Amino acid sequence: MNHWPFIIAAYGIVAASMALLIVISWRTMRRAERAVEDMRR
Amino acid sequence: MPALHALANPTRFLSIARPLTPVLLWVGLVLLAIGAWAGLTQTPPDYLQGESVRILYVHVPSAWLGMGGWSGIAIASLMLLVWRHPLAAIAARAVALPGAIFAALCLITGSIWGRPTWGTWWEWDGRLTSMLLLFFLYLAWIGLSRADAERGGDGRIPAIFGLAGTALLPVIRYSVVWWRTLHQGPSITVSGSSIDWAILWPLWLTLAGFSLVFGAIVLMRMRAMLAEARVEARMRRMAA
Repeated sequence: MNHWPFIIAAYGIVAASMALLIVISWRTMRRAERAVEDMRR
Repeated sequence: MPALHALANPTRFLSIARPLTPVLLWVGLVLLAIGAWAGLTQTPPDYLQGESVRILYVHVPSAWLGMGGWSGIAIASLMLLVWRHPLAAIAARAVALPGAIFAALCLITGSIWGRPTWGTWWEWDGRLTSMLLLFFLYLAWIGLSRADAERGGDGRIPAIFGLAGTALLPVIRYSVVWWRTLHQGPSITVSGSSIDWAILWPLWLTLAGFSLVFGAIVLMRMRAMLAEARVEARMRRMAA
């Protein structure tokens, strides 16, 4: 059995999940901190 | 302990978290990239498992963070119950979602690893079942924490649940010793590792990389929650 499709699937799922988690966390943080900055002005 | 008390001040916490977030994120991503590259191209295949052993470099860090995330919830819960730290409930909520995602990634990558190695995607083995239980505990904790926040609770009920859930962590750790079925026994212990260094070394890079990125994600989530709380408090003051 060729193992590489399994390896690529495992790495792909982990990379996509982490990228999504980082991007969503970053955007949520920026939006919330911008709201605080806007509130101060 | 005085350092922890000092960090519980949101302003002081933010003054440290703001510069720390990009450092953790970028150093973590670089270590991850080097570790994954080395794991995919520089290490030999295992004599028994063949090429599929390369899944180790993403599976083990996912398991480590799935369990580490719950330990984080437990520590924050203890700080909330004992010292009433204002940041403890926020820290627990910030850790829960990434912890649940890494527990799920551990199950998924383990299942993908199992197919070419064991010939099956899933087995009701002690390690797999206890890890699945941890994932369900995360989902239950997230639901309970949201319900508690909606009804204006002080976070004590999720904190008690978070502490009680730690009973599962030693079960996961020792499941491969207590019930020997498909999952291999412990390969890395305090006394050393049964994995040859030629295969092992990139694992330390991916473990460090995943942990730093996890830390950055938690800090980003805590910063977002603190900012949302400030806006909400201001709106409430204005409405009063």
